[in-house]
Amino acid sequence: MIIAVASGKGGTGKTTVATSLALSLAPDNPVLFLDCDVEGPNAHLMLKPSLAHREDAFLLIPAVDEVLCDHCGICAEVCQYQAIAVTGRRVLVFPEMCHGCGSCALNCPARAIREVPHVLGTLESGNTPEGIRFARGVLTVGEILAVPVIRQLKMSHPAQIGETVIIDAPPGTSCPVVEAVRGADYVILVTEPTQFGLHDLKLAYELTCELGLPAGVIISRDGIGDREVDDFCLHVGLPVLLRIPMERAIAAGIAQGLPLVSLRPEYNALFKELFLTVAGVSQ
Amino acid sequence: MKIAVSVKAAKSGAAFDPRFGRAGAFVIVDTNTGEQQAVANPAAQFGGGAGIRAAEFLVRHDVEAVISGAFGPKAYDVLHSSGVRLYQAKSGTVDDLVARLLKGDLDAAEGD
Amino acid sequence: MKHIVVLSGKGGTGKTTVTAVLAHLASEDPGTRAILVDADVDAANLELLLAPSIIETHEFVGGQVAVIAADLCSGCGLCADVCRFDAVRANNGLYTIDPMACEGCATCKTQCPDAAITMLPQVSGRWFFSTSRYGPLFHARLSPAQESSGKLVTLLKQQAHAQAVQECYPLMIVDGPPGIGCPAIAAVSGADLVIVVTEPTAAGIHDMQRVLELAAHFGIRSLVCINKADLYPAGTEQIMNHCQQNGLPVVGRLPFDLSITEAMVHGQTITAYLPNSPVSRVLREIWQGILTFVHEQPAVK
Repeated sequence: MIIAVASGKGGTGKTTVATSLALSLAPDNPVLFLDCDVEGPNAHLMLKPSLAHREDAFLLIPAVDEVLCDHCGICAEVCQYQAIAVTGRRVLVFPEMCHGCGSCALNCPARAIREVPHVLGTLESGNTPEGIRFARGVLTVGEILAVPVIRQLKMSHPAQIGETVIIDAPPGTSCPVVEAVRGADYVILVTEPTQFGLHDLKLAYELTCELGLPAGVIISRDGIGDREVDDFCLHVGLPVLLRIPMERAIAAGIAQGLPLVSLRPEYNALFKELFLTVAGVSQ
Repeated sequence: MKIAVSVKAAKSGAAFDPRFGRAGAFVIVDTNTGEQQAVANPAAQFGGGAGIRAAEFLVRHDVEAVISGAFGPKAYDVLHSSGVRLYQAKSGTVDDLVARLLKGDLDAAEGD
Repeated sequence: MKHIVVLSGKGGTGKTTVTAVLAHLASEDPGTRAILVDADVDAANLELLLAPSIIETHEFVGGQVAVIAADLCSGCGLCADVCRFDAVRANNGLYTIDPMACEGCATCKTQCPDAAITMLPQVSGRWFFSTSRYGPLFHARLSPAQESSGKLVTLLKQQAHAQAVQECYPLMIVDGPPGIGCPAIAAVSGADLVIVVTEPTAAGIHDMQRVLELAAHFGIRSLVCINKADLYPAGTEQIMNHCQQNGLPVVGRLPFDLSITEAMVHGQTITAYLPNSPVSRVLREIWQGILTFVHEQPAVK
């Protein structure tokens, strides 16, 4: 079973929830944790894996053999991203624009283009002290495309039989989130009871509808705002799975990188129960 | 030689456009024949990669020098690697800017 | 015209809250009037504090998707062979495209022997020009599951920039998105100054370093503002040390203060809601601090 933890708004507690869910399940269930927030992965701070294994995440970009090239310009014509420019005498490749689709190489009549890896980031994995299988992607600063890193992270770490997969998704609702969440059995949306939280929850909920995935809500920092998030959930039939109250002591502990279930062990049972609810729904 | 100047629209008397990649149009002046040709910029409405496309476009028109306000690094790469010279200016008419270039009064542009 | 972008790396540090405050304070003096841009197009929250009135609405074509004409498709499957984005689905011997997976690269179209594939422009969202409490606001709504947020950010900034220049606005203030990828890069592009709003949490510090690296990569000066600074003093100290070692000015430290959330729940910036509270006074000092750096910077070339 694959559970994705997402939110529209950043900073609501996605990683806090995802890591605590993993920790609450870990003693009795094999867990694979994928930190897909590749622009700013933080789950390792709470789960403390030993990241023994490392590989590159890369995009295949064109390399042009200027001897074979006759500057016909077809590669530049088929490229939808302005990643190749052909002038009378030279061909220039702009790796940062390239999406790795392979069209230029495929369509070059002179077969003058081969594809070479362009490193976008790193994939790292290892186990946590509790035996959780952990993997994350890290986008290299200055690289634009997060999606290929997320895609490769998921492909390099397929679930083993009987494993529960927990995906820590990036914030927002655009393509990196879709890539992270796609294929999940259930999406947990973490929000806060304020108008910022509500505004972004609506967008995230719309995303789960577009993807056709069942979803439920966790309200964190409960108590700081109003009941509008609850009203919205009731209105659209989104179950509120858990509430985490606003407590400065919790915030301070999380600030130091302590998981919620370490700060408040009673959440172990609550997350286990949440998992059973979710598992029941997604069947 | 052919010199291109970035302008706001492909019509006579159009004002100088300080943008390169998303300039409305270019006036291409042939200094041998005195002919001037105004061409719409295919990249004018582009989101990303406008500079690259505009640069490619001018190189295909055999332009040897370009006058604009500022060039991004990718446009600079495309033009520079094709031996096209880049100049920057703040304002002026097409005739005025071409005259200044020929007199050596225009500064070479950096790709930033 | 000086161009300021507010970033954070990690979401939830208070970027939008601070940007709204800067917008408020900038509006108090004609010499600092600002055009405002909400570049967090995935989750555009700045409007919740600015009470905008929409003047113009525009559709945004983010990209394109491939469509296979069923009556022309011969079922050869070449499209599926060449698609690298897992966007081609087999359906009873014919093929269709999953629009959510399709990246619009058109490779399939170039290979289809039946000429059955066309590329359809996709309206992926809308962008708006509004007047607001603190100045003209350019903002957008990207439909969920859409790509090209970077392209939309670039478009918003271009529009705002053109207006700012035309109407002689001295400042453009941009509420940036979280992260360091495509939309953040688009937001930071061309900026004179980056304000990084961070929090002294392990995750916040981690992401702050990445976003500072991003700004440095583009050669843009950064200032740091520490929100919730008293939440974890050791974390704040870590940030101060990092900034000192890297020559990065810290323009202010804001206390963890629930009245900011209260103000937000009432749809207001804290400086408007409780103008004389200690945190509002710190914010005014932060604004003055930012202005000294703004005046130091040479304008965008």
